[in-house]
Amino acid sequence: MSDIIRRDPRKAWIARNRLHPEHASVLAELGMGDAQPAQWMGPNGVMRKDPHRVGFIGPAGIKRIDRSGVQGAPGQVQARSTAAQDTRTAVLIAEPAFHIVVVPDMAGGRLSAHDRDLLGLARQMADKNASAQGAVVAIVFGELKEDSWGEAGIDRLLHLSDAALEGYSPEYRIAILSAAERELKPRYWLFPDSSLGGGDLGRRLSVRIGERAATQVWQVDLESETPRCTGRGAAGRKDITRDLPRVLLALAECGEPVSDTRHEAQAIQLQQPLPEQLVRIEDLGAVAVDPASVALSEAEFILSGGNGVRDWDGFHQAARVLGATEGASRVAVDDGFMARDRQVGATGTWVTARVYMAVGISGAIQHLQGIQSCDKVIAINMDPGCDMIKRADLAVIGDSGEILSELVKRVDGLKQENRDVA
Amino acid sequence: MLLSTPRSSADKTAIKVAVLLSVGSHPLTGRGRRAEQDARALEMALALPQADAQLIHAGRLNDESEPALRSYLGMGPQQMTLIQQPKQADVLPALEKHLRQLGPKLILCGSRAEAGEGSGLLPYLLAEKLGWPLISGLAAIESVDGSSATVLQALPRGQRRRLRVKLPALLTIDSAAPVARQSAFGPARRGQLAEVDAPVQMDTEQEGWEVQPARKRPKRLKIIKATSARDRFKAAAAKSEGSGGQVLKDITAAEGADAVLKLLMEEGVLRVSS
Repeated sequence: MSDIIRRDPRKAWIARNRLHPEHASVLAELGMGDAQPAQWMGPNGVMRKDPHRVGFIGPAGIKRIDRSGVQGAPGQVQARSTAAQDTRTAVLIAEPAFHIVVVPDMAGGRLSAHDRDLLGLARQMADKNASAQGAVVAIVFGELKEDSWGEAGIDRLLHLSDAALEGYSPEYRIAILSAAERELKPRYWLFPDSSLGGGDLGRRLSVRIGERAATQVWQVDLESETPRCTGRGAAGRKDITRDLPRVLLALAECGEPVSDTRHEAQAIQLQQPLPEQLVRIEDLGAVAVDPASVALSEAEFILSGGNGVRDWDGFHQAARVLGATEGASRVAVDDGFMARDRQVGATGTWVTARVYMAVGISGAIQHLQGIQSCDKVIAINMDPGCDMIKRADLAVIGDSGEILSELVKRVDGLKQENRDVA
Repeated sequence: MLLSTPRSSADKTAIKVAVLLSVGSHPLTGRGRRAEQDARALEMALALPQADAQLIHAGRLNDESEPALRSYLGMGPQQMTLIQQPKQADVLPALEKHLRQLGPKLILCGSRAEAGEGSGLLPYLLAEKLGWPLISGLAAIESVDGSSATVLQALPRGQRRRLRVKLPALLTIDSAAPVARQSAFGPARRGQLAEVDAPVQMDTEQEGWEVQPARKRPKRLKIIKATSARDRFKAAAAKSEGSGGQVLKDITAAEGADAVLKLLMEEGVLRVSS
């Protein structure tokens, strides 16, 4: 045999033509099959990619390259998703130089956005000096549903749950926080300045430990030689800038939430037992509130009626059975079916409900403005093309009276079942 | 001990309620007025049966503050105690001394002042000094007897919580409390401002503070942390509004009701247990 390399132009052509039925077998024959990876390190240290080997053939027989890694070869997907998880670096602070204690509100047993902002601020303050890093300690009370403590930037977690801590128990909580003050000697205490919870506890603690708290803080300047903070005063009309005190009550968006580090969230306990508490405030439990008496702007669940409602008695009945606060569109108010203070929209009330149920409301722009901060919108309407349907998370096209009466039947049935069980 | 002010015989069983009042300021014009929450506190005290409301203000009396203070008197009471304090004074010692002398069963006040620092710390400081329990965010007082009071505390979303507190106690009022009655001009003019001298302690810590008109807070930018160009583009091009939800067409009323009920149950707004 001669040393001359003979090429088979037909095979070379098949190897180039990825749509040819013999493509794979010819590639294997020529030694260009699966052995060669889609990307490799080139001789000059540059990643080389073979564009013919990435991507996949789409349903129309056209090659697709999906760079998000969502689709494509299964092996690639695995690699991408693990890479996405690993971008957060794990931070371990074994011997902190100091402690910063955060007492989040934990509304509904979870870290709220406000809590996360506060933890982000605490993180900034703790990591200011890289050589002497501090630890962020979170003190949380009661039953919890949260599980991403480390991702929120917490190094140490002090969780106390006790029957006496349920409900409103500020005196007991302050006793715990005072014990934490004695044991941890934190450099700073951070509270969310919310009306109940952090705002109340923070003020109590600052008075107990004799520190003049900075309230409604929205900016902390750590760069100046003595750290300073800026907070609102005089009912939000003044900005007060002062030296950073030990107790801070901060507003929402005071800092960026932690996003690219993961912390250990190690559980800690208080060493000393708590002294017996004299209970002077007794919690007698939640009061059943008549939904009709709740202010429209703060109602959680609103049933709102408009021009499409024909059966107003049925509407009121439905609101009563569902336990919803009643609202109305401008037309319903102008026509005298509802009171003026029930009007939702730009000229009426801007509502913040979690669930807003619009019955027979087509969705004028003024009305949609009024409901823009609602979480879930349910629309019941005859007209499938109206603006409210576009806004709604769930839209039911049909006669509102019939649907409401069916709904009332079902809710009544559920209530009856519960009564029978109980 | 008690202040020897003339009272009718019916007042012997009355529960003494001290209401701490401050000079408010209008949110737009900044002009002096009765403070919103303090006026609600006074309203609550006046609405309590067999309560002897004592109005207390610690501050200065001048042309600016007098109309604001008199507007509290326009709500019905005949007299207000004015504890003379200069500007920038720490009113805590003076208030504490006066309240110890007065010996009320209840102290009501708004949760924070509308002028000055407005930190809302004063009620807490006062409760700590007096050693009394404090309840914040009050919506209503249900009943008061000799040794305890039953009150409703305002929670978010219009919810209420019932609490019982041992007397004497300090209560701060939330904006959810009943709206204060109108102030009438005649009673406001006729009412008396009884001035009381008190020790003065200046608040020296405030001297190191910079106070400016409130700046607009910077709006938080949406930070996109995407590793690939495609993710960044998708995030930038994404519409902020949800692109429409589920639309159920051509279905019976029963099916529609089922779908609505399912969503209501998922969101947890339906209370079927009671």
